[in-house]
Amino acid sequence: MTAVAAEETRTMGRAQAQSLGRRAARSLRRDRTAVVCFVIIAAYVGVALLGYAGLLPDFQERVGGSYEPPSLSFAKIFGTDIFGRSILYKILAGTQTAMTIGFIVTGISLPIGIILGALSGYYGGRVDAGIVWLYSVISSVPSILLIVGISYVLEKGIVAICIALGAVSWVGLCRLIRGEVLKHRNREYVLAVRLLGASDAVIIFRHILPNVVHLAIVTASLLVLSSIKSEVILTFLGVGIQNGASWGTMITDATGELVTGIWWPLAGVTSAMFLIIYALNVAGDALRDALDPKLID
Amino acid sequence: MGAYVARRLLQMIPIILGVAGLVFVLFTTVGEDPVRVALGQHATPEAIAELRALWGLDQPMWLQFVDFLRQIATFDYGRSFNTGEPLSEMFRQGALVSLSLTVFPYVLGTLTNVSIALLVAYYRGSLFDRFSTAIFVASMSISYLVYIIAFQYLLAYQAGAFPINGYESGWSGIPYLLLPWLIIMVVTAGPDIRIYRTVFLDETRADYVRTAFAKGASEAAVIFRHILKNALIPILTHVVIGIPFLILGAFLMERFFSIPGVGDIMITAIHNGDFPILKGLTVLIAIAYALFNLITDLLYAVVDPRVQLS
Repeated sequence: MTAVAAEETRTMGRAQAQSLGRRAARSLRRDRTAVVCFVIIAAYVGVALLGYAGLLPDFQERVGGSYEPPSLSFAKIFGTDIFGRSILYKILAGTQTAMTIGFIVTGISLPIGIILGALSGYYGGRVDAGIVWLYSVISSVPSILLIVGISYVLEKGIVAICIALGAVSWVGLCRLIRGEVLKHRNREYVLAVRLLGASDAVIIFRHILPNVVHLAIVTASLLVLSSIKSEVILTFLGVGIQNGASWGTMITDATGELVTGIWWPLAGVTSAMFLIIYALNVAGDALRDALDPKLID
Repeated sequence: MGAYVARRLLQMIPIILGVAGLVFVLFTTVGEDPVRVALGQHATPEAIAELRALWGLDQPMWLQFVDFLRQIATFDYGRSFNTGEPLSEMFRQGALVSLSLTVFPYVLGTLTNVSIALLVAYYRGSLFDRFSTAIFVASMSISYLVYIIAFQYLLAYQAGAFPINGYESGWSGIPYLLLPWLIIMVVTAGPDIRIYRTVFLDETRADYVRTAFAKGASEAAVIFRHILKNALIPILTHVVIGIPFLILGAFLMERFFSIPGVGDIMITAIHNGDFPILKGLTVLIAIAYALFNLITDLLYAVVDPRVQLS
């Protein structure tokens, strides 16, 4: 009898532990807009991977005359640029750059934000004071100046952009995680595992973090999109991508072209950027709705 | 209250020191050599040594850092490498220009965005809500740069409704500012309305809302009398924290419309490697940011009687 009851509690416990993730997946599948957006994101990642496999068409190659407006052939669907190169191929090559920056910056800031936030919230005291001081310093400096400073130190280019953006973008997540961990630190389940003799590392990483990690997932989609947007601004300011294709260089070039009536490079690159940023925005919202335990009735 | 303010001001010191250290390391010790940048490749060693001495770069590092700290404490940031102008004067003039660009759209934009957000929150879940959310997200999915380029081309260059660029001080400068104001308001509408909408929706889930409804209050009364007042607290934070960045100006806007504000000064300094400007600006903004953080917390206590400053 007791054994059965215990077994029942155990399976119930397991069912409930899985249900947040499973329920999230189910509610995401039901949200058709979200599904479309995830497909779009996957397609952009696919383009970037094709680029790394060397399978994207060479954007440096001439496909027609200078500044041909859009026409119904694959390479010239968005027209050509001043050297007769395909705008579409440039956009695809720029996609590789944008996705690389988006994912590397996120890959740098997520672990920093999660680990520092968790340590700060869990230990408090001097550790907390030090970490709070660090992110207060970073968030007091206008990020544009910090990024420019870092890109002076490193060689200008994609690596400098990634490191500079990564160095400033973990702050928001760190704050969020710190606040949540602070709330969880004295919850009963944490006291219980501590009584059972669990080490701090086990408590933080096995017990507390799974309860707050949904914040990181939502933040990740926002980090990817804000880094893609930042690349454009930084490149315009002359501290971004120096050579090679990027959406930033294309938009910067478009400033001069538009006055002479050449609208298609700007139109092409803006549509490409619009699609991925919109998809990431909607995906972020859908993830928040699906993962936030407060919003699940 | 007085003790609280004093303690908070003291807490600012390590942060400002940290900022000073950070920009000092970035722009002095590891950046490009400004003397080389200014004099070019073929400068004589004597000329280099002379300029070095003039800019104080021949001093040991720790002395340069102490000197930088003295500049911060006395608000005297020395002179620009490129023009020789005193920076305090440049910043003062630039800040006035930047504020004339950013304050008006900030105030008007906040009022309209809060109103729209309230409206959207009132019709939450309706087709109107979903449609407007889609529009706002779409508006956030276009680069800031594209807004400026497209608006300047279509409204100023093609339609001729506004001057293409330029700036004049005083009232006669307003025609030049109209288009930048419009762009700033359009660009900030999407993200702001979404934040405010979330704030309002969070409040609708609070207990006091259920109580108010239980008392028989109408939907409109609950929204305008109860929710609006409570939502003002997070809205206030969002608004006050944004103020220091008004001084920095909308730097892209200043660049495109030739408006000589702080942002324009900053971008020029970036291109010329004018490190005194970059260092001074960074620290000033950091101080402003810390001060407005403090003001936000004080306002909390004023607006919300439940908050105790300790």
